[in-house]
Amino acid sequence: MSFTTKDVVLKEDRPKTLLLQKHSDYLASYGLNKDDYEYCMTEYLRMSGIYWSLTAMELMGQSSRMPKEDIIEFITQCQDSESGGISASIGHDPHILYTLSAVQVLAMYDRLDAVDIEGIVRYIVSLQQEDGSFYGDKWGEIDTRFSFCAVMCLSLLQRLDAIDINKTVEFVLSCMNFDGGFGSKPGSESHAGLIYCCVGTLSICKRMDALHADELAWWLCERQLPSGGLNGRPEKLPDLCYSWWVMSSLSMLNRIHWVDKKSLEEFILACQDNETGGFSDRPGDITDPFHTLFGLAGLSLLGNTSIKPVNPTYCMPQETIDRLKLKPQILQI
Amino acid sequence: MSDCGDSDVLWIPYKERPEWSDVTPVPEDDGPNPVVVIAHSEKFEDVYDYFRAVLQSNEKSERVLHLTKDALELNPANYTVWQYRRDLLKHLNTDLRTELDYVEAVIKNSPKNYQVWHHRRVLVEWLQDPTMELELTGDALLQDPKNYHAWQHRQWAIKTFGLYEKELDFVDNLITDDVRNNSAWNQRYFVVNNNLGWSDLICQQEVCYTLEKINFVKNNESAWNYLRGLLIHDKRGLSGNAVITSFCEELYKNKCRSPFLLAFIIDVCEDAIKKKDTNCFHNADRAVELCQALATRYDKIRSKYWNYLCERYKKYQSEQLSNDNKTNDLIIDE
Repeated sequence: MSFTTKDVVLKEDRPKTLLLQKHSDYLASYGLNKDDYEYCMTEYLRMSGIYWSLTAMELMGQSSRMPKEDIIEFITQCQDSESGGISASIGHDPHILYTLSAVQVLAMYDRLDAVDIEGIVRYIVSLQQEDGSFYGDKWGEIDTRFSFCAVMCLSLLQRLDAIDINKTVEFVLSCMNFDGGFGSKPGSESHAGLIYCCVGTLSICKRMDALHADELAWWLCERQLPSGGLNGRPEKLPDLCYSWWVMSSLSMLNRIHWVDKKSLEEFILACQDNETGGFSDRPGDITDPFHTLFGLAGLSLLGNTSIKPVNPTYCMPQETIDRLKLKPQILQI
Repeated sequence: MSDCGDSDVLWIPYKERPEWSDVTPVPEDDGPNPVVVIAHSEKFEDVYDYFRAVLQSNEKSERVLHLTKDALELNPANYTVWQYRRDLLKHLNTDLRTELDYVEAVIKNSPKNYQVWHHRRVLVEWLQDPTMELELTGDALLQDPKNYHAWQHRQWAIKTFGLYEKELDFVDNLITDDVRNNSAWNQRYFVVNNNLGWSDLICQQEVCYTLEKINFVKNNESAWNYLRGLLIHDKRGLSGNAVITSFCEELYKNKCRSPFLLAFIIDVCEDAIKKKDTNCFHNADRAVELCQALATRYDKIRSKYWNYLCERYKKYQSEQLSNDNKTNDLIIDE
């Protein structure tokens, strides 16, 4: 009988403590390096890059190290006056992904006044389709990620009333699979990242009751491998970002205690680079701001008190969500 | 990727090309105080400075179509360049067949990129011709049988143009190659659910197929999940199909302790309890015993989950005792 599993082995000399100062230094200097090839390649998702870095800094209580006024000015310049949407970078086309990142950043800064809110609302409303789904931009790609972006964005702007919530929920539920999970479209394979998007949508729309909670939570727990790390689909390697997607979903389902927290924490800590700072997808790989945010946010959900509490639905500091008086639904057991 | 592809010695920068002398390149503008200083390789900078220039002047010409190709070669994930390229294709009335070949080549180099697959889909929609799609996605899945983008595109083409005919054979080949390929099992469900339908005959066929695969590799999450999924459509439910229950008991008897087998037997117990159709194999006592075995021995990492289930069945046991002579209509799901 075969019990082999795709997994990694944690080395004895791995980082075992949280290197907060290193991560703060890493993010503060990220992209300032003129030879940073990776950074030039990520211009097309700059807005999300700012969101990852700022949120990570906020969670560490270090956001004063980010150039606040420049960031706000940059966002203002990325809003397209015609459609109302926001782009990844100046001169790029607007997209719902970057519109959300921009709104999240402005919400953290309490500076939503810096953009044309009605324009953003108009843009998101224009992307909803007859079946309740959302386009990502005018080119018509449909994905449950975009449903989540739409409701998260509108709720941060206190304008959830602008779209058809019932249809939004209906579409997301049509993506539920036979294993209780969710994919990107009806029939697409269950995937932990997309489960986060779908559960998050239901959390914001307060329709968590529509889930098969135990079955879904079990599927999510099955993502945990002997190394302690989590994968996103059966028979895939563990990746740090799934610590966030799986655990935030389990938090919304109120079943986070079903995973083995100790070994997961060891895995997350092992993904730190003790020289450069930052977290990577797997121990020993190159770090980036995306995995750095999800590493810190994951540790926060696990109860690490040197990091601020993170809201599992929004992936933003809980204090921001409280200030905005938002109450995303957490399922009661 | 480690460099900007500067290896081609024949490359002439746009700023040195006479046919582009009428265009003034536009360097990246990050606002008055750049949030982050970005250093590009010379080639990257040159191409994108000219791309920004034509974007501003809204130039729609053959030379810009070439320019977008250079820009995409440097970064195929830049969705603005793809969007502009589509505008160009329409405006210039370009032969879309050539474009199909082009995007196929890009997909081969960047099979995990949202933008290229989306571009492909738009082209197929414009042409209303899906004849190449099964082969294209099949090739991509040969390289990486779990490529989510390729599966999405394949499902879209199959559903939109009704290309179900040979799909089950395709899936069967993938499952034969790797019986743990969850994407392939998902596709199997997709085909049966959208095309064949869950008739009694099909259900029974799928049960046999799945049990055969489980017999081959017992500890296979995907196959067990598929079995559960297809039984949603079997009116006999989880506990009412003797082929399945005796298969499971046989495995158990032969010392198989795969967590997925034990979990499945627990679900059979649950179904039997719900239907008030418990027997000596499938009842609350057995469920408690299996939950405990999983929590303490066979799946310790998820012990909290198994303990939670265990408590549910224990509660059921005690309630059953206290209600011994009453008709009790206990519903054990929440």
